[in-house]
Amino acid sequence: MTPDRARELLATVEGVALTSAGAAIVAQVDPAHWAGAARVAKEAIGCAFFSFLTAIDWKEQGLEIVAWVDNLDAKISIELRTKLGAGVAACASLTAVYRGANWMERECFDMFGVRFDGHPDLRRILLADDWEGHPLLKSYAVDTPHPPYR
Amino acid sequence: MEIKAPIPQIPVPFWKDVKDLQEWETHHQRRPDAGDKHSALFEQITEGLHNFPGGFALTTVADGFFNWARKSSVWPVSFGLACCAIEMMATFASRFDVERLGMVPWASPRHSDLMIVSGTVTIKMAPMLKRIYDQMPDPKWVVSMGSCANSGGPFRHGYHVVKGVDRVVPVDVYVPGCPPPPESLLNGLLLLQDQISHFRRTGQRAEPTPKVD
Repeated sequence: MTPDRARELLATVEGVALTSAGAAIVAQVDPAHWAGAARVAKEAIGCAFFSFLTAIDWKEQGLEIVAWVDNLDAKISIELRTKLGAGVAACASLTAVYRGANWMERECFDMFGVRFDGHPDLRRILLADDWEGHPLLKSYAVDTPHPPYR
Repeated sequence: MEIKAPIPQIPVPFWKDVKDLQEWETHHQRRPDAGDKHSALFEQITEGLHNFPGGFALTTVADGFFNWARKSSVWPVSFGLACCAIEMMATFASRFDVERLGMVPWASPRHSDLMIVSGTVTIKMAPMLKRIYDQMPDPKWVVSMGSCANSGGPFRHGYHVVKGVDRVVPVDVYVPGCPPPPESLLNGLLLLQDQISHFRRTGQRAEPTPKVD
Protein backbone atom coordinates (compact mmCIF):
# COMPACT_ATOMS: atom_id res chain seq x y z
CA MET A 1 0.00 0.00 0.00
CA THR A 2 1.35 3.37 -1.02
CA PRO A 3 -0.07 6.85 -0.36
CA ASP A 4 -0.99 7.19 -4.04
CA ARG A 5 -2.89 3.90 -3.99
CA ALA A 6 -4.63 5.03 -0.80
CA ARG A 7 -5.73 8.21 -2.55
CA GLU A 8 -7.13 6.22 -5.45
CA LEU A 9 -9.05 3.95 -3.10
CA LEU A 10 -10.45 6.80 -1.05
CA ALA A 11 -11.47 8.73 -4.17
CA THR A 12 -13.73 5.87 -5.22
CA VAL A 13 -15.78 6.19 -2.00
CA GLU A 14 -18.96 8.14 -2.42
CA GLY A 15 -19.11 11.50 -0.64
CA VAL A 16 -15.37 11.91 -0.14
CA ALA A 17 -13.36 14.92 -1.34
CA LEU A 18 -9.60 14.62 -1.02
CA THR A 19 -7.12 17.33 -0.17
CA SER A 20 -3.76 17.13 1.47
CA ALA A 21 -2.04 18.70 4.47
CA GLY A 22 1.62 17.86 4.91
CA ALA A 23 2.15 14.13 4.84
CA ALA A 24 -1.44 13.28 5.70
CA ILE A 25 -4.30 12.65 3.31
CA VAL A 26 -7.26 14.78 4.28
CA ALA A 27 -10.62 13.33 3.35
CA GLN A 28 -13.57 15.66 3.64
CA VAL A 29 -16.44 13.22 4.09
CA ASP A 30 -20.15 13.72 3.73
CA PRO A 31 -21.80 12.91 7.10
CA ALA A 32 -23.96 10.22 5.49
CA HIS A 33 -20.85 8.30 4.37
CA TRP A 34 -18.82 8.82 7.55
CA ALA A 35 -18.71 5.19 8.72
CA GLY A 36 -18.28 3.92 5.16
CA ALA A 37 -15.20 6.06 4.57
CA ALA A 38 -13.73 4.86 7.86
CA ARG A 39 -14.35 1.25 6.85
CA VAL A 40 -12.50 1.78 3.57
CA ALA A 41 -9.64 3.42 5.47
CA LYS A 42 -9.36 0.48 7.80
CA GLU A 43 -10.06 -2.53 5.65
CA ALA A 44 -8.85 -1.48 2.18
CA ILE A 45 -6.01 0.88 3.08
CA GLY A 46 -5.00 -0.87 6.29
CA CYS A 47 -5.19 2.09 8.68
CA ALA A 48 -5.58 -0.07 11.76
CA PHE A 49 -4.41 2.52 14.26
CA PHE A 50 -7.14 4.88 15.42
CA SER A 51 -5.23 7.91 16.64
CA PHE A 52 -7.90 10.31 17.84
CA LEU A 53 -11.37 11.70 17.28
CA THR A 54 -12.46 15.17 18.27
CA ALA A 55 -14.72 17.99 17.18
CA ILE A 56 -14.37 21.63 16.20
CA ASP A 57 -17.04 24.19 16.94
CA TRP A 58 -17.26 26.57 13.95
CA LYS A 59 -20.01 28.54 15.70
CA GLU A 60 -22.80 29.35 13.18
CA GLN A 61 -21.44 26.82 10.65
CA GLY A 62 -21.96 24.04 13.17
CA LEU A 63 -19.70 21.27 14.39
CA GLU A 64 -17.01 19.44 12.47
CA ILE A 65 -15.83 15.99 13.51
CA VAL A 66 -12.17 15.16 12.94
CA ALA A 67 -10.71 11.67 13.15
CA TRP A 68 -7.15 10.61 12.44
CA VAL A 69 -6.20 7.06 11.47
CA ASP A 70 -2.80 5.65 10.58
CA ASN A 71 -1.36 2.74 8.67
CA LEU A 72 1.81 2.38 10.71
CA ASP A 73 3.45 -0.17 8.40
CA ALA A 74 3.06 1.81 5.18
CA LYS A 75 3.30 5.17 7.00
CA ILE A 76 -0.01 6.45 5.65
CA SER A 77 -2.00 8.93 7.72
CA ILE A 78 -5.58 9.80 6.87
CA GLU A 79 -7.45 12.68 8.43
CA LEU A 80 -11.19 12.15 8.12
CA ARG A 81 -13.28 15.27 8.52
CA THR A 82 -17.01 15.76 8.32
CA LYS A 83 -19.07 18.91 8.73
CA LEU A 84 -22.30 18.12 10.53
CA GLY A 85 -23.94 21.40 9.52
CA ALA A 86 -25.54 24.14 11.58
CA GLY A 87 -27.67 23.00 14.48
CA VAL A 88 -26.89 19.31 14.00
CA ALA A 89 -25.35 17.44 16.92
CA ALA A 90 -25.63 13.87 15.69
CA CYS A 91 -23.12 11.76 13.82
CA ALA A 92 -22.64 8.14 12.86
CA SER A 93 -20.51 6.17 15.28
CA LEU A 94 -17.20 4.61 14.24
CA THR A 95 -17.25 2.03 17.04
CA ALA A 96 -18.36 -0.73 14.67
CA VAL A 97 -15.21 -0.12 12.61
CA TYR A 98 -12.72 0.94 15.26
CA ARG A 99 -13.12 -0.28 18.84
CA GLY A 100 -10.74 2.48 19.91
CA ALA A 101 -13.32 5.05 18.90
CA ASN A 102 -15.48 4.13 21.89
CA TRP A 103 -13.92 6.35 24.54
CA MET A 104 -13.00 9.07 22.04
CA GLU A 105 -16.64 9.40 21.06
CA ARG A 106 -17.69 9.41 24.69
CA GLU A 107 -15.28 12.27 25.33
CA CYS A 108 -16.56 14.08 22.25
CA PHE A 109 -20.10 13.66 23.54
CA ASP A 110 -18.97 14.89 26.96
CA MET A 111 -17.27 18.01 25.69
CA PHE A 112 -19.30 18.90 22.58
CA GLY A 113 -22.62 17.14 23.04
CA VAL A 114 -22.39 15.20 19.79
CA ARG A 115 -24.65 12.16 19.87
CA PHE A 116 -23.02 9.24 18.08
CA ASP A 117 -25.69 6.99 16.61
CA GLY A 118 -24.87 3.35 17.13
CA HIS A 119 -22.50 3.91 20.04
CA PRO A 120 -22.92 1.06 22.57
CA ASP A 121 -22.39 3.09 25.76
CA LEU A 122 -22.77 6.80 25.15
CA ARG A 123 -22.44 8.59 28.49
CA ARG A 124 -20.10 11.13 30.04
CA ILE A 125 -16.55 9.96 30.53
CA LEU A 126 -14.66 12.85 32.18
CA LEU A 127 -17.21 15.14 33.77
CA ALA A 128 -19.58 14.19 36.56
CA ASP A 129 -22.85 12.52 35.61
CA ASP A 130 -24.89 15.48 36.84
CA TRP A 131 -22.96 18.05 34.83
CA GLU A 132 -25.05 20.49 32.82
CA GLY A 133 -23.91 21.59 29.39
CA HIS A 134 -20.97 20.72 27.20
CA PRO A 135 -18.01 22.92 28.13
CA LEU A 136 -15.97 22.94 24.92
CA LEU A 137 -18.81 24.41 22.88
CA LYS A 138 -18.21 28.05 22.03
CA SER A 139 -21.63 28.88 23.41
CA TYR A 140 -20.74 27.54 26.87
CA ALA A 141 -20.13 30.38 29.31
CA VAL A 142 -17.11 29.54 31.42
CA ASP A 143 -18.43 31.59 34.32
CA THR A 144 -21.67 29.61 34.44
CA PRO A 145 -22.35 28.93 38.12
CA HIS A 146 -22.13 25.29 38.97
CA PRO A 147 -23.65 25.03 42.43
CA PRO A 148 -22.63 24.50 45.11
CA TYR A 149 -18.96 25.11 44.46
CA ARG A 150 -18.77 27.70 41.70
CA MET B 1 -28.89 5.29 31.11
CA GLU B 2 -28.93 5.56 34.87
CA ILE B 3 -27.74 8.83 36.29
CA LYS B 4 -26.22 8.50 39.73
CA ALA B 5 -26.87 11.09 42.38
CA PRO B 6 -23.83 13.16 43.43
CA ILE B 7 -22.07 11.75 46.48
CA PRO B 8 -22.36 13.01 49.16
CA GLN B 9 -25.68 14.81 49.04
CA ILE B 10 -24.82 18.41 49.76
CA PRO B 11 -27.52 20.61 51.25
CA VAL B 12 -28.73 23.26 48.85
CA PRO B 13 -26.62 26.33 49.56
CA PHE B 14 -27.90 29.84 49.82
CA TRP B 15 -26.17 30.85 46.59
CA LYS B 16 -27.97 28.32 44.41
CA ASP B 17 -29.78 31.05 42.51
CA VAL B 18 -26.67 33.06 41.77
CA LYS B 19 -26.30 33.35 38.01
CA ASP B 20 -23.18 35.43 37.63
CA LEU B 21 -19.62 35.11 38.89
CA GLN B 22 -19.44 38.72 40.06
CA GLU B 23 -22.66 38.27 41.98
CA TRP B 24 -21.16 35.16 43.48
CA GLU B 25 -18.07 37.05 44.59
CA THR B 26 -20.25 39.61 46.36
CA HIS B 27 -22.17 36.85 48.13
CA HIS B 28 -18.96 35.12 48.99
CA GLN B 29 -17.41 38.18 50.60
CA ARG B 30 -20.48 38.66 52.79
CA ARG B 31 -20.51 35.05 53.91
CA PRO B 32 -20.77 34.80 57.71
CA ASP B 33 -17.93 33.36 59.74
CA ALA B 34 -18.05 29.60 60.18
CA GLY B 35 -18.01 30.11 63.96
CA ASP B 36 -16.42 28.37 66.91
CA LYS B 37 -15.00 24.92 66.57
CA HIS B 38 -15.63 23.95 70.22
CA SER B 39 -18.53 21.75 71.03
CA ALA B 40 -21.54 23.41 72.61
CA LEU B 41 -21.26 21.34 75.79
CA PHE B 42 -17.67 22.32 76.34
CA GLU B 43 -18.70 25.92 75.75
CA GLN B 44 -21.34 25.71 78.49
CA ILE B 45 -18.98 24.14 81.00
CA THR B 46 -16.36 26.77 80.34
CA GLU B 47 -18.96 29.52 80.56
CA GLY B 48 -20.09 28.23 83.97
CA LEU B 49 -16.54 28.02 85.24
CA HIS B 50 -15.78 31.48 83.93
CA ASN B 51 -18.69 33.03 85.86
CA PHE B 52 -17.66 31.29 89.09
CA PRO B 53 -15.73 33.66 91.44
CA GLY B 54 -12.11 33.47 90.44
CA GLY B 55 -12.95 31.00 87.74
CA PHE B 56 -11.79 33.26 84.91
CA ALA B 57 -8.20 32.71 85.97
CA LEU B 58 -8.71 28.97 85.71
CA THR B 59 -10.33 29.16 82.28
CA THR B 60 -7.66 31.50 80.94
CA VAL B 61 -4.93 29.19 82.15
CA ALA B 62 -6.82 26.20 80.78
CA ASP B 63 -7.22 27.93 77.43
CA GLY B 64 -3.52 28.63 77.29
CA PHE B 65 -2.70 25.07 78.24
CA PHE B 66 -5.07 23.54 75.72
CA ASN B 67 -3.85 25.87 72.99
CA TRP B 68 -0.26 24.95 73.75
CA ALA B 69 -1.19 21.29 73.55
CA ARG B 70 -3.12 21.77 70.33
CA LYS B 71 -0.47 23.75 68.54
CA SER B 72 2.27 21.35 69.61
CA SER B 73 0.71 18.35 67.97
CA VAL B 74 -0.99 19.34 64.74
CA TRP B 75 -1.24 16.26 62.59
CA PRO B 76 -1.81 16.96 58.94
CA VAL B 77 -3.75 14.36 57.02
CA SER B 78 -1.61 13.13 54.16
CA PHE B 79 -3.73 14.26 51.29
CA GLY B 80 -2.21 15.56 48.10
CA LEU B 81 -4.09 16.90 45.11
CA ALA B 82 -1.65 18.15 42.50
CA CYS B 83 1.89 19.40 41.97
CA CYS B 84 1.81 21.34 45.26
CA ALA B 85 1.73 17.93 46.94
CA ILE B 86 5.33 17.38 45.78
CA GLU B 87 6.42 20.43 47.75
CA MET B 88 4.26 19.29 50.66
CA MET B 89 6.00 15.91 50.63
CA ALA B 90 9.35 17.68 50.61
CA THR B 91 8.21 19.65 53.64
CA PHE B 92 7.23 16.43 55.40
CA ALA B 93 10.53 14.76 54.54
CA SER B 94 13.72 14.88 56.55
CA ARG B 95 15.31 17.94 54.98
CA PHE B 96 12.64 20.35 56.19
CA ASP B 97 11.25 18.00 58.80
CA VAL B 98 7.94 19.22 60.14
CA GLU B 99 8.19 16.67 62.92
CA ARG B 100 10.21 19.16 64.90
CA LEU B 101 7.02 21.24 64.98
CA GLY B 102 5.11 18.25 66.29
CA MET B 103 3.47 17.50 62.96
CA VAL B 104 3.14 13.93 61.82
CA PRO B 105 1.62 13.35 58.40
CA TRP B 106 -1.08 10.84 59.16
CA ALA B 107 -2.88 8.64 56.69
CA SER B 108 -6.28 8.86 58.34
CA PRO B 109 -8.55 11.88 58.59
CA ARG B 110 -10.03 10.45 61.80
CA HIS B 111 -6.77 11.09 63.66
CA SER B 112 -5.81 14.37 62.00
CA ASP B 113 -6.19 18.01 62.95
CA LEU B 114 -5.01 19.75 59.82
CA MET B 115 -5.80 19.46 56.14
CA ILE B 116 -3.30 20.96 53.72
CA VAL B 117 -5.17 21.50 50.47
CA SER B 118 -2.25 21.14 48.10
CA GLY B 119 -3.37 21.76 44.56
CA THR B 120 -6.21 22.41 42.17
CA VAL B 121 -9.62 21.45 43.47
CA THR B 122 -11.86 20.41 40.61
CA ILE B 123 -15.62 20.45 40.89
CA LYS B 124 -15.58 16.67 40.67
CA MET B 125 -13.05 16.43 43.53
CA ALA B 126 -14.70 18.96 45.83
CA PRO B 127 -17.27 16.55 47.39
CA MET B 128 -14.48 14.12 48.29
CA LEU B 129 -12.45 16.94 49.82
CA LYS B 130 -15.48 18.01 51.82
CA ARG B 131 -16.01 14.45 52.94
CA ILE B 132 -12.43 14.14 54.20
CA TYR B 133 -12.81 17.44 56.02
CA ASP B 134 -16.06 16.24 57.60
CA GLN B 135 -14.36 13.06 58.77
CA MET B 136 -11.75 14.99 60.76
CA PRO B 137 -12.57 15.55 64.43
CA ASP B 138 -12.89 19.05 65.85
CA PRO B 139 -10.93 21.21 66.37
CA LYS B 140 -9.56 21.13 62.84
CA TRP B 141 -7.72 23.54 60.65
CA VAL B 142 -7.22 23.99 56.94
CA VAL B 143 -4.18 25.39 55.15
CA SER B 144 -4.81 26.38 51.56
CA MET B 145 -1.55 25.80 49.72
CA GLY B 146 -0.75 27.43 46.41
CA SER B 147 -2.54 29.67 43.96
CA CYS B 148 -4.95 26.99 42.76
CA ALA B 149 -6.30 26.24 46.22
CA ASN B 150 -6.35 29.93 47.12
CA SER B 151 -8.26 31.24 44.13
CA GLY B 152 -8.22 28.78 41.26
CA GLY B 153 -4.87 30.13 40.11
CA PRO B 154 -4.06 29.78 36.41
CA PHE B 155 -7.13 27.56 35.99
CA ARG B 156 -9.52 30.12 37.43
CA HIS B 157 -11.25 30.60 34.11
CA GLY B 158 -11.51 26.90 33.37
CA TYR B 159 -14.92 25.30 33.39
CA HIS B 160 -14.10 22.60 35.92
CA VAL B 161 -12.17 24.33 38.72
CA VAL B 162 -13.44 25.45 42.11
CA LYS B 163 -12.31 29.07 42.31
CA GLY B 164 -10.74 28.81 45.74
CA VAL B 165 -11.05 26.00 48.25
CA ASP B 166 -12.63 28.41 50.73
CA ARG B 167 -15.83 27.85 48.78
CA VAL B 168 -15.80 24.27 50.03
CA VAL B 169 -14.21 24.35 53.50
CA PRO B 170 -13.26 27.24 55.84
CA VAL B 171 -9.58 28.11 55.46
CA ASP B 172 -7.30 29.33 58.26
CA VAL B 173 -4.03 30.08 56.48
CA TYR B 174 -3.44 30.84 52.81
CA VAL B 175 0.03 30.08 51.47
CA PRO B 176 0.74 31.89 48.18
CA GLY B 177 2.97 30.58 45.44
CA CYS B 178 2.81 28.37 42.39
CA PRO B 179 3.84 26.07 43.92
CA PRO B 180 4.98 27.43 47.29
CA PRO B 181 8.44 26.16 48.17
CA PRO B 182 8.75 24.14 51.39
CA GLU B 183 10.00 27.25 53.20
CA SER B 184 6.74 29.04 52.33
CA LEU B 185 4.65 26.14 53.54
CA LEU B 186 6.70 25.95 56.74
CA ASN B 187 6.08 29.65 57.25
CA GLY B 188 2.38 29.02 56.76
CA LEU B 189 2.43 26.17 59.26
CA LEU B 190 4.22 28.35 61.81
CA LEU B 191 1.59 31.04 61.22
CA LEU B 192 -1.07 28.43 61.83
CA GLN B 193 0.57 27.40 65.11
CA ASP B 194 0.67 31.05 66.12
CA GLN B 195 -3.01 31.34 65.24
CA ILE B 196 -3.85 28.22 67.26
CA SER B 197 -2.01 29.58 70.29
CA HIS B 198 -4.39 32.57 70.21
CA PHE B 199 -7.44 30.34 69.88
CA ARG B 200 -10.23 31.69 72.11
CA ARG B 201 -13.46 30.11 73.23
CA THR B 202 -15.34 33.24 72.19
CA GLY B 203 -15.92 31.96 68.71
CA GLN B 204 -13.98 34.87 67.25
CA ARG B 205 -10.72 34.05 65.60
CA ALA B 206 -7.88 35.98 67.14
CA GLU B 207 -5.78 38.20 64.90
CA PRO B 208 -2.57 36.27 64.32
CA THR B 209 0.61 38.08 65.24
CA PRO B 210 3.01 36.98 62.53
CA LYS B 211 6.22 36.76 64.50
CA VAL B 212 7.62 34.25 62.09
CA ASP B 213 7.49 36.48 59.01
